[in-house]
Amino acid sequence: MFWFLRRGIASLIMLWVIVTLVFMSIHFVPGDPVELLLSQDGGSADPATVQMIREDLGLNRPIVEQYVEKLKGLASFDLGRSMVDDSSVSAEIARRLPRTLELIGLAALISLVIGVPAGIYAALHTGRSFDRAASYVAGFAQGIPVFVLGTLLILVFSQMLKLTPAGGFVAFSQAPGRHMMLLLMPSLSIGIGLAAIVFRITRASTLEVLPLDYVRTARAKGLGDRRIVLHHILRNALIPVITIFALQIGSLLGGTVLVEYVFNWPGLSGMLVSGVNARDYPTVTGVILVISALFIGLNFLVDVLYGLTDPRVRK
Amino acid sequence: MTGTSLKFTRRLIPAYLLALLLIVSLLAPVLPLQDPLAMDTAARFAGPSAQHLFGQDEFGRDILVRLIFALRNSLIVAFAAAILAGFIGTALGVLAGYSRGLTEMLAMRFIDIVLCFPPLLLAMLAVTLYGPGPVTLIPVLAIVFVPSFTRVAHASVLSVRSQDYVEAVRSMGASNARVMFSTILPNIAGPLIVQFSFTVAVTVVLESGLSFLGLGVLPPAPSLGLMIGTGRATLAQAPMLLVWPCAALTAMILILNAFCDDLRDRLDPKSSKIRGQ
Repeated sequence: MFWFLRRGIASLIMLWVIVTLVFMSIHFVPGDPVELLLSQDGGSADPATVQMIREDLGLNRPIVEQYVEKLKGLASFDLGRSMVDDSSVSAEIARRLPRTLELIGLAALISLVIGVPAGIYAALHTGRSFDRAASYVAGFAQGIPVFVLGTLLILVFSQMLKLTPAGGFVAFSQAPGRHMMLLLMPSLSIGIGLAAIVFRITRASTLEVLPLDYVRTARAKGLGDRRIVLHHILRNALIPVITIFALQIGSLLGGTVLVEYVFNWPGLSGMLVSGVNARDYPTVTGVILVISALFIGLNFLVDVLYGLTDPRVRK
Repeated sequence: MTGTSLKFTRRLIPAYLLALLLIVSLLAPVLPLQDPLAMDTAARFAGPSAQHLFGQDEFGRDILVRLIFALRNSLIVAFAAAILAGFIGTALGVLAGYSRGLTEMLAMRFIDIVLCFPPLLLAMLAVTLYGPGPVTLIPVLAIVFVPSFTRVAHASVLSVRSQDYVEAVRSMGASNARVMFSTILPNIAGPLIVQFSFTVAVTVVLESGLSFLGLGVLPPAPSLGLMIGTGRATLAQAPMLLVWPCAALTAMILILNAFCDDLRDRLDPKSSKIRGQ
């Protein structure tokens, strides 16, 4: 219990550091940040507009006051207002976040369902044709960038075979079947690369566990292969898989940004990309804070999971 | 005997391909190629011809030439970022591992902070503030990869610093800087070189992703990510406009990955066990 608490506090401190850094990032910019944000067309900004935005962002007040204000806002989940249409950033994020989570969830599921069984099977039959073929496929799947894979999936399945729509979104409550159909291709684009990583780690860690004494003992006791694999090998071989999953969360979140863009999936990334293009500072920092919080939250979750599978971690 | 030498040459294939890639991209400006920016609107979406082997794009520009220059741009950005990251990251890691104490604490906490951000997001935050383009791109990508160099250097220094030969040099009165950079550094070069090659490979992926979103290399400069991004608009009429840059990017990444794996197996004897061979 104490261990979980300590991890939780460490996560909160990390979150605070990120908030502070993102807050300070606008002040790190040499010159006047507002003029820089407005100067995308090359011309210099209108002084009246600059003054207005400075007041909107609160940049004319003392920095400490701004910081306290920001933290107060965050405590009540207020991320400010968009510079483009003055809409609430938090409300927009709340609308889009579930769609991104859905994508991450299905992608993670796909990668585990493909990667773990394939990895164990390959390890139990090393050097055989499945093992060799799977290793090549995994190398390829791991190398191809998510947005290339997504684009090619659209080219093949939507454009050439006309099997699936090229992207878009309908709410689950309106048309559950079509919703899942639209969710499938983006999830696959992320899930396949991740499955390759899961496959490699599962295979390698299974190979490490196989020659150990307790596996031999289990075999000597006359246990069936099925029971040995499920109860003795899998449980121990999965620990490194969880670790790798934790390390991959960052690239998983980055991957969703690209993949959502490819498939026109209205999650957080569309908001982020248009925010970056419009140099809409409150939107960008809002989305980045939420994704970073998600990143830290998922890492915490993985840590907890890790502690549950391997009690030795909770020292 | 023949078996081993055959295996040996086969393992070198990625290295040869990488060398070819590097030579072509280095020499691209002096090779007798057309201008990658020259437009020929009369020949928009023209198919392959003797003059334009891979055909022409939506502005009638030569696709093959653009691919070559795009590979060149990718590699320039990737190498520049990796060199910068390697330089800062290694210096920080060696300093932290050698001096311990407060310096180590500060350096390692700094690394933890950078690692809090998913790499793509950190890059996007910087682009919002500083605007897109190579001047933003290279330092940002470098910052993203400083932590991995610092970690590798730090861990390697810790395992080397109490070795007899380090102690010997120190007892001869060598300065700290000398011990760190002429005694310790050469002995931890192996893992750092491996890290460098990995960084180049990962940077290529990250840069192409940013350019794909229109936040990296700016048009009209050729970039693989950008070519894939714009090729999506003309998916129905000219699918090859999309297929070529996808293939080139994937091939480059696979070559880099294969080279990295091989390099790691050679320089880091521990890794072959992990891979189960």
